[in-house]
Amino acid sequence: MRPRLLLAALAGVACLAAASDPAERLPDPAQEARAREIFRDVRCLVCQNESIDDSEADLARDLRQIVREQVKAGKDEAEIKRFLTDRYGEFVLLTPSFSVGNLALWGVPFLVAIAGVTLLFVRLRNRTPDVELTPLEAERLRRLDDDETP
Amino acid sequence: MIAEAGAFALTLALALSIAQVALSLTGRVRRSAPLAGAGEGAALGAFLAVAVAFAALMHAFVVSDFSVANVAQNSHSAKPLLYRVAGTWGSHEGSMLLWCLALTGFGAAVAGLGRDLPRGLRAMTVATQGLLGAVFLAYTVFASNPLARLLTPPVEGRSLNPLLQDPALAVHPPFLYAGYVGMSVVFSLAVAALVEGRVDAAWSRWVRPWALAAWSMLTVGITLGAFWAYYELGWGGWWFWDPVENASFMPWLVATALLHSAVVTEKRGALTGWTVFLALAAFSFSMLGAFLVRSGVLTSVHAFAVDPTRGVLLLIILGVTAGLGFTLFAWRAPTLSRGGMFAPISRESALVMNNILLAASTATVLLGTLYPLIREAMTGEAISVGPPYFNLTFTPLMVALLVLLPAGPLLAWKRGDAQGVVQRLWVALLIAAGAGLLALALVDPKKVFGILGVALGGWLISGAVTEIAERTRAFRVPIAETWRRLTGLPRGAWGMTFAHLGLGIFVLGAVFETTWKIEAAEALPVGGGLDVGAYHVSLDAVNPVAGPNYDADRGRIAVTRDGRPICKVEPERRTYTTGGQTTSEVGLCYRGASHIYLVLGERRDGGTYLVRAYWNPWASLIFLGPVIMGLGGLISLSDRRLRLGVGRRKERAA
Repeated sequence: MRPRLLLAALAGVACLAAASDPAERLPDPAQEARAREIFRDVRCLVCQNESIDDSEADLARDLRQIVREQVKAGKDEAEIKRFLTDRYGEFVLLTPSFSVGNLALWGVPFLVAIAGVTLLFVRLRNRTPDVELTPLEAERLRRLDDDETP
Repeated sequence: MIAEAGAFALTLALALSIAQVALSLTGRVRRSAPLAGAGEGAALGAFLAVAVAFAALMHAFVVSDFSVANVAQNSHSAKPLLYRVAGTWGSHEGSMLLWCLALTGFGAAVAGLGRDLPRGLRAMTVATQGLLGAVFLAYTVFASNPLARLLTPPVEGRSLNPLLQDPALAVHPPFLYAGYVGMSVVFSLAVAALVEGRVDAAWSRWVRPWALAAWSMLTVGITLGAFWAYYELGWGGWWFWDPVENASFMPWLVATALLHSAVVTEKRGALTGWTVFLALAAFSFSMLGAFLVRSGVLTSVHAFAVDPTRGVLLLIILGVTAGLGFTLFAWRAPTLSRGGMFAPISRESALVMNNILLAASTATVLLGTLYPLIREAMTGEAISVGPPYFNLTFTPLMVALLVLLPAGPLLAWKRGDAQGVVQRLWVALLIAAGAGLLALALVDPKKVFGILGVALGGWLISGAVTEIAERTRAFRVPIAETWRRLTGLPRGAWGMTFAHLGLGIFVLGAVFETTWKIEAAEALPVGGGLDVGAYHVSLDAVNPVAGPNYDADRGRIAVTRDGRPICKVEPERRTYTTGGQTTSEVGLCYRGASHIYLVLGERRDGGTYLVRAYWNPWASLIFLGPVIMGLGGLISLSDRRLRLGVGRRKERAA
């Protein structure tokens, strides 16, 4: 799509805080946007892995109402989430907490990457060649019809 | 009668698979070509027998034979023909039969196409493939018989989950299963190589076409699934980091790593152990996926046809087969050669980095999927791991991979020249920065991550083009010479370029859609309208429609822009007569690569209808990119150098 068209398409709608259902929507767009932000992180407890932002279930509707009321009452995101976890447990939040119990969950992916890179460098430091391809290796590569990756 | 013939064929297939193992193994031990040949014949026979069983089940679905339990539970005579056919693999039993069909099919393919493999390796591969076939066929015959009869057949069936009544989803499982199960050949080749003690460049070359074929199928299968979720669930999303999606994504990530590490093993004889490990892991993750999807241990939006007791059996199968593979690996791997040396800046290093980051990404997806189970089992506390987790862990790892990607193909083997690579990539770097600046200037609202994402997409695309330009020495030699080089490029090179280009296109679409989508929803009376972005959406009419097995409200929605008509779509809200579920048929209006996505909701008091409208900019690229990647895989597959047996002839000449 041409950039100008895109510009036109997006002009004037910079912060249109849309809602899943106009009947539930808060009158203040800024508050509504904050509520929607929170919805995406709250699990619909009776559904099959949906956030309350997506779900049409009654419980999701009730939770949306609770969150909207609290946003309207001026509570911030942390307070609302604390309220929800006090009531329903950590299960209700889609972002796992940064707690000791979740250390492995948050740490392992980066640990794998770091361990891999460290291993690579240790190996290479001990066995780095100081020449480029030997004529024999170059010939072999050429015969393999050079440098294709899949 | 036909169902009985099918059930018999299925049992026969099990017997033939067992014979396949016994004959191939004996053939290997006694070095007897006729015995090994008989094993290959058994492999072909097992495939034909499963095909007969599959055809029998499909027949039962097509003619709506409700005396077959599986048909009675999952079909309905009012369903359109396509969905009766697709119903064959829509249930647990049927999908396991499809799995067996693919498994024996790949077994027969190895037996038939592997003529150029060394005799011992071939016999061991066919034997391992037979063992996998036998295990899954035994499961199907004894625990999940798709052709079992009912004593008192019902007059009408209970119908398929209506969400599955969709063309993309009807063809999605065959692609996905071909991808999943295609990895079994790679697994068998790895087991055979470990037994034979032969993992070398030639072996790596034999693995590649199978891995490529399976990877391409899996890519297309996952994309079809994402596209289905996009327009069938009616939320406007296409990837939810749902356990079932993750289950298909993990084998894909591992297979991607395998394709890259196999290149190092083939070209430079290095990373042999790691390549074998990945070959074993790819199919293990496929089996893990089957277990996760079919057992229902995880709650998922896509959890269909779930059965916990059978889940335990699948878990045992997974544990035993993968366990045997990895035990063999632990035992034999130390004997594998260490391979050639290379400098920190080299093609090998770049591919190793690719593998490290893909392995870490796989670990992320695996942990994110299984951690709630582990945590609950250990401490009794239930937690949720949702999209925000993956955004914080998977995304940075993937970004690191994508930033490094364009440099990889430009580096020389063994010892590369970092400065030279930077020099060759500066144009691509400028294009990437330009794309980011353009997004910054033109698109509102300004979002940092979106702008960086656009730059990353531009970087990948221009990087892929740079690589081709470098190979053809474009702009440095006369155009005729460039053209000659361009047409002379091997298909494998084009395959890589397409795969990387497709990835760039996907990144561009994914970033644009997630960052700048616009949502609007109103309860509209007929004749009312709402605005989404620059477009005006008006609900012209809502009519009741009777489908073959559902009743629907069909909306007529016109989209205009500044008063000019853009398109008319007819989204539906369907209520299925059996079961009473409601689904939405989304109305999609294509504007270039962007979509206006319209959902007709429920009828409200006062005769209004809830209409949701989304402006999804560049959404087509999300699905186009992976299709181009899959196409790249197929182009690479058609490279004559990758055909089976070429490797061995080359090795002999060496």
